[in-house]
Amino acid sequence: MSATTAPLPNAAENWILPSRGKVAMAGLIIAESAIFTIFVVAYLFYLGKSTTGPTPREVLETPIFYTICLLSSSLTIHLAAKSLERDYIRLFLGLWLLTIALGGLFLYGTAQEWHRLIYEHGLTISTNLFGTTYYSLVGLHGFHVTAGLIMLLIVAVFALSGRVGVKQSGRIEVLSMYWHFVDAVWVVVFTVVYVLGR
Amino acid sequence: MSSNVITVPVGQAEARPWVDELHQWVTTVDHKRLGILYIASALLFLVIGGVEALIIRIQLMHSHNNFVSPEVFNRMFTMHGTTMIFFVAMPVLFGFANYLVPLMIGARDMAFPRLNAFSFWLSFLGALLLYFSLVGGSGLYGAGNAPDVGWWSYAPLGARAFSPGHSSDYWTLSLLVSGFGSIGTAINIIATILCLRCPGMKLNRMPLLVWMNLVMAGMVLLAITPLSAAQIMLLIDRYLGGHFFDTQAGGSAVLWMHFFWIFGHPEVYVLIIPCFAFMSEIIPVFSRKPIFGYPVMVAATVCIAFVSMSVWAHHMFTIGMNSYANSFFTLTTMAVGVPTGIKIFNWIGTMWGGRIQFKTPMLFSIAFLFQFLIAGLTGIMMAASPFDWQLSLSYFVVAHFHYVIVGGILFALFGAFYYWYPKMTGRMLSERLGKWHFWLFLIGFHLTFDVMHIPGILGMPRRIYTYEPGRGWDTLNLIVSIGAFIQAIAILVFVANLIISYFKGADAGNDPWDAWTLEWSISSPPPAYNFATVPTVASRRPLWDEKHPEDPDSRYE
Repeated sequence: MSATTAPLPNAAENWILPSRGKVAMAGLIIAESAIFTIFVVAYLFYLGKSTTGPTPREVLETPIFYTICLLSSSLTIHLAAKSLERDYIRLFLGLWLLTIALGGLFLYGTAQEWHRLIYEHGLTISTNLFGTTYYSLVGLHGFHVTAGLIMLLIVAVFALSGRVGVKQSGRIEVLSMYWHFVDAVWVVVFTVVYVLGR
Repeated sequence: MSSNVITVPVGQAEARPWVDELHQWVTTVDHKRLGILYIASALLFLVIGGVEALIIRIQLMHSHNNFVSPEVFNRMFTMHGTTMIFFVAMPVLFGFANYLVPLMIGARDMAFPRLNAFSFWLSFLGALLLYFSLVGGSGLYGAGNAPDVGWWSYAPLGARAFSPGHSSDYWTLSLLVSGFGSIGTAINIIATILCLRCPGMKLNRMPLLVWMNLVMAGMVLLAITPLSAAQIMLLIDRYLGGHFFDTQAGGSAVLWMHFFWIFGHPEVYVLIIPCFAFMSEIIPVFSRKPIFGYPVMVAATVCIAFVSMSVWAHHMFTIGMNSYANSFFTLTTMAVGVPTGIKIFNWIGTMWGGRIQFKTPMLFSIAFLFQFLIAGLTGIMMAASPFDWQLSLSYFVVAHFHYVIVGGILFALFGAFYYWYPKMTGRMLSERLGKWHFWLFLIGFHLTFDVMHIPGILGMPRRIYTYEPGRGWDTLNLIVSIGAFIQAIAILVFVANLIISYFKGADAGNDPWDAWTLEWSISSPPPAYNFATVPTVASRRPLWDEKHPEDPDSRYE
């Protein structure tokens, strides 16, 4: 039912609003940023407050290669989304699988690092404050990478069965926002844990 | 009114078997039904939390009372606080937001209906988890046990060593789960408001209720999440042997306080801003004037949201922060009073010179203005850190925040119930019972919470299960308890009104209050699709424009 005398002749045609997917993802990213902020604050607050060893300086090694993997996956997912928009399905699929591979490689890097810390240095989440804050901050990020990878894999399954086309590019764009966020968080975590924290 | 009439599908009016009906409610994704589910579950927990409050008041009625044991008393104030904030105030406000926002912006549903249902059931599951602790709190011992660490669960009290059993775990999980629900709802509200407005509904034409719920949802994203993060840390401490809040391993108890209050203080504004929203809709309609200073109201809301993010440590003046921190938080806390004062002046400016109709919603709104002002003034008193050192953790603080939550939030909510019940059910609430409800509750409220300030000033600490006679606290506590029972009777009148009016209330029609926002342009209760054709608006009061084509608002905006 029209609620006015309608002095806006073309109001309905010129009425363009933001995409709800993007707005919602932006909202989720704001909320997640607040969660990460609290964990980062806890990490920084407890730097050097552990009553026993090992300390970050003794055991941490900077994961340069795996960081490059994760950061470049942001580029590949961006290019993948753009190619889907232009209907280059095969290029999209290739870049998408490459993104998954890079993300998977990063997770493998984290697993390897944790394995080394646990079995060589005896650092677990209950060893000291460093262990508690390190595993929870890096673990929280790793959890987000894992969640992202699961979503990427679901899209890959659909894409391989030929069900992803230009029509879905809006949704792919939303998913890539999440992936960029996960990468951006890693930049912060990397800086805090491996640069400032040592 | 408009000549356009929407015919209700015949099928909706027919009686269905109750199993069918129940199934429809459980599986619904309709924003109106979910709104009502939120509100109904909140009312259920309001009664439960109210009974807990009465148990507390009976115990404190006179000195050396033995109504409940100290352990039970601790559980009661913990459950009362947690229930009222997380499972009454939040859901009921989300319920109104869910119900009203799409109707007011001319949308057919929320942006993500299934996320909406998911969020509701998450928060309801959270409430069930909290109350399951009564049965499962001690694991397999069979003896019931509820959380008893206060609604802050200060470290290291929440640690395994000091809270054995599972009661604290249920508390943590319940807040974590319902927190995720809140984040889902907040995202949904933001996406709905930004992406589903009907043509012509520019941001500066949105009803103030919509604006304020947008700000509230934004605050939820930034305020609830620190609590979720802190709960995850507490779980890591309790289950994985972490040391976040373990002082013996170098952890900090003060850090928990910071994290809790970074959530806790903005939370107050998450709750009060939707109440400002109700006031901004109800007061103009019953003053027969458009809201005074619309842009300033929006600016003040955004301003409150920003400033309230940097005031949290005024809950922590007594832990011994340095004087710079004390000064900073004193100043920011006092600064919040400025935009809030602007709002109060704007509501008074709206009423000024209006033809005020003293219907029940307006009575509650006027009481809100007075009481919220007083609550704000005691808040300003305690913002001064030296004053707070004297009165922190006393009944003065308890009286202050109940003045905000009951005198402000609950009164505004009652106003909203009387105002929008006709839209939700198609029946008017009885004015006669409404007046009884109002005056009884007003008397009970002031008897309880005005008097409660005095034992606080006399030195009565909060969270004590009993006290020595002869300190001058006995009579005052008795009066406070009597007031609590008067409030309980008023709530019974309210519940009776809700039930009786549902069956016997006068027919509401589309627009019983001669109001101006879009929800009143459609039938009561609205059909599942809300708007048969999506409306187009040209001003802040689309329904006024429609009723007065000779003098529409759009001419002046």
